[in-house]
Amino acid sequence: MTASSLLSIGDLGADGIDEVMTLTDSFVEVSQRAMPKVPALRGRTVVSLFYEDSTRTRLSFEAAARRLSADTMNFSVSTSSVHKGESLRDTALTIEAMGVDALVVRHPSAGAPAQVASWVSCPVVNAGDGWHEHPTQALLDCYTIRSARPSLAGLRIAIVGDIKHSRVARSNVTAFTLMGAEVTLVAPPTLLPPSLAGWPVEVSTDLDAVLPKVDVVYLLRIQAERQAEALLPSLREYTAGYGLTERRAELLADDALVMHPGPMNRGVEIAAAVADLPCSLVTRQVANGVAVRMAVLFLLLGAEPRG
Amino acid sequence: MDETGSRRADVAVGDGRIVAVADDIPPTAGQRVLDAGGCVVAPGLVDLHTHLRQPGNEEAETVETGARGAALGGYTAVVAMPNTDPPIDSAGVVREVLELGAGAACEVAVAGAITVGRRGEQLAPLGEMAALGVRLFTDDGAGVADTRLMRRALEYASALGVTLAQHCEDPALAAGGHMHEGAESSRLGIPGIPAEAEELMVMRDVALVRMATAFGARMHFLHLSTAGSVAIVRAAKAGGLRVTAEAAPHHFTLTDAAVASYDPTFKVSPPLRPADDVEGVKAGLVDGTIDAIATDHAPHAPERKELAFDQAPPGMLGLQTALSLALGELALPIERVLALLSWRPARIAGLEARHGGPVAPGRPANLCVIDPSARWVVDPPRLASRSRNTPYAGRTMTGVVRHTVSAGEPVVVDAEALR
Repeated sequence: MTASSLLSIGDLGADGIDEVMTLTDSFVEVSQRAMPKVPALRGRTVVSLFYEDSTRTRLSFEAAARRLSADTMNFSVSTSSVHKGESLRDTALTIEAMGVDALVVRHPSAGAPAQVASWVSCPVVNAGDGWHEHPTQALLDCYTIRSARPSLAGLRIAIVGDIKHSRVARSNVTAFTLMGAEVTLVAPPTLLPPSLAGWPVEVSTDLDAVLPKVDVVYLLRIQAERQAEALLPSLREYTAGYGLTERRAELLADDALVMHPGPMNRGVEIAAAVADLPCSLVTRQVANGVAVRMAVLFLLLGAEPRG
Repeated sequence: MDETGSRRADVAVGDGRIVAVADDIPPTAGQRVLDAGGCVVAPGLVDLHTHLRQPGNEEAETVETGARGAALGGYTAVVAMPNTDPPIDSAGVVREVLELGAGAACEVAVAGAITVGRRGEQLAPLGEMAALGVRLFTDDGAGVADTRLMRRALEYASALGVTLAQHCEDPALAAGGHMHEGAESSRLGIPGIPAEAEELMVMRDVALVRMATAFGARMHFLHLSTAGSVAIVRAAKAGGLRVTAEAAPHHFTLTDAAVASYDPTFKVSPPLRPADDVEGVKAGLVDGTIDAIATDHAPHAPERKELAFDQAPPGMLGLQTALSLALGELALPIERVLALLSWRPARIAGLEARHGGPVAPGRPANLCVIDPSARWVVDPPRLASRSRNTPYAGRTMTGVVRHTVSAGEPVVVDAEALR
């Protein structure tokens, strides 16, 4: 990894993703030890700057930093308490002045981590920005697939659901296709981005037709507020058209894999029984998240110890 | 150089007016001489669209600093937009802004709001404001969404001999958007504003002008940004409707690709559009569909542009870069550029008695002196504005305003402001 920050999965390229995968293997091994900790980042400080509630992602990054023996600080700014007009730059510079070796930034606005990276001198990891990207999610998803299949090359992957509002979809389309997979997006037109120009994907609105052909079906979380925005008549209608119901799960090939970034709406985009099938990798995704984030932090920080 | 043509001559000024245009006028005792060697002496520029931010947001700009920037940019008149705090929607606020502009470096004309509080619900007292000299009315920052109210406004305004100007944007279609909706917004994950949000209101207003033709209604379209809008206005003009249009320099020099940096400096309303729209706007400027270049100078204090892209307010500085961009980026001879920046906007603003007229004896001396080939580099802290939000920082520009004369007084000499 040559970049000084991880803002977008595309910055890594296929080689960069491979490098993270390889390193993740060794951190998975560390995580399985009785004492799952290595001194790689001792004395370094990793700060998580979260403008959006996300206990899962924040805990995953903090666990990763601690297993590398880094100190962690957590700066959570609940959106409601941010005064309108409070400068993002001022906040970033204030935190940097405390002596920080890496910033992990989650923000409801697309591009905020990139803006922070332009103002501070330490590496910045994008932990999810608006609808834009969630690169470590894409890395852990690639890793999870790779742990169940020899390679992503040639795999057919369907990403199903609210593509338009999904940072996970944007990062995963790039990551999966960089690794040689073929991606099909399945969504009602209201939940697709307004333009897919330049996206190396197929698009379908017929999940039943897509399911028998894919190696992996990746379901996205559907949010109840999409009904209020006239994007969907109702969640029930969404489930009928695009949910992975038990009936639809029967259409999958025997060895097909089911994935979801969490948290799941059981009974909406995925039937409860399907989520718990052996082909569901959902809990493995979470477990791999810590190891992948250890790899990212190590690659960004490990190479050059602080003077 | 003026609308009638160009010639090489000296220009003598006295008592606020041009007194002579002739070869080799010898200076009289005590008369100040401004060297215009190698330069074009032209009627001062007129900006139809300036946000001076006073009253209410003096941190971003004041009438004084805005007018200074205007004079440095070659302008001798600007039309102050009414989206201040309080908005310019009554005779009282019109008077306040006119008084603030009294000693400024250029003439400060005022645009009034069409509706009370710019809320789009009730007609503002257009007659009271017109009686104070207001000739342009707009709710700029937003369009008047209520079609029936807009129809009534057009009908009522036609009796006053004033022009309504529309910021065309369908609010429902644009809701929640922060940049142009298209390939870039989809990739960047920023909610978009489709081109059609603008075009639908342009189309609607053309229909309203047609309905009010019998009253002599006329309409000015602010900052057209899409090829589709230009086509609609072109057809309306061909149909004989009394419509005029302006375009802002950023809409013919920048594309939405600039937003990839997520720098809110590139956030503006209407948003930066793709290359096809930029070409459409340029074509409209070249073929005369678009009558004027207007800056939409919209200062914001630096900290307001240090927010996330979707939280920062839209707007860019424009007064000191418009002329250079028009000279450098449009393949037009300088007299065509001056038409777009001076005499045509002067007429739309109702300022033609003092601005944009011929450089001839007896005319008010509102002049600018331009070195069309000189170069300069945009350095935000050196701009006159209280704000820094220019999207052209570091860019080399062609065309320098050497001097500006406002009502007979030199206000810019050798590119330095005297006021």
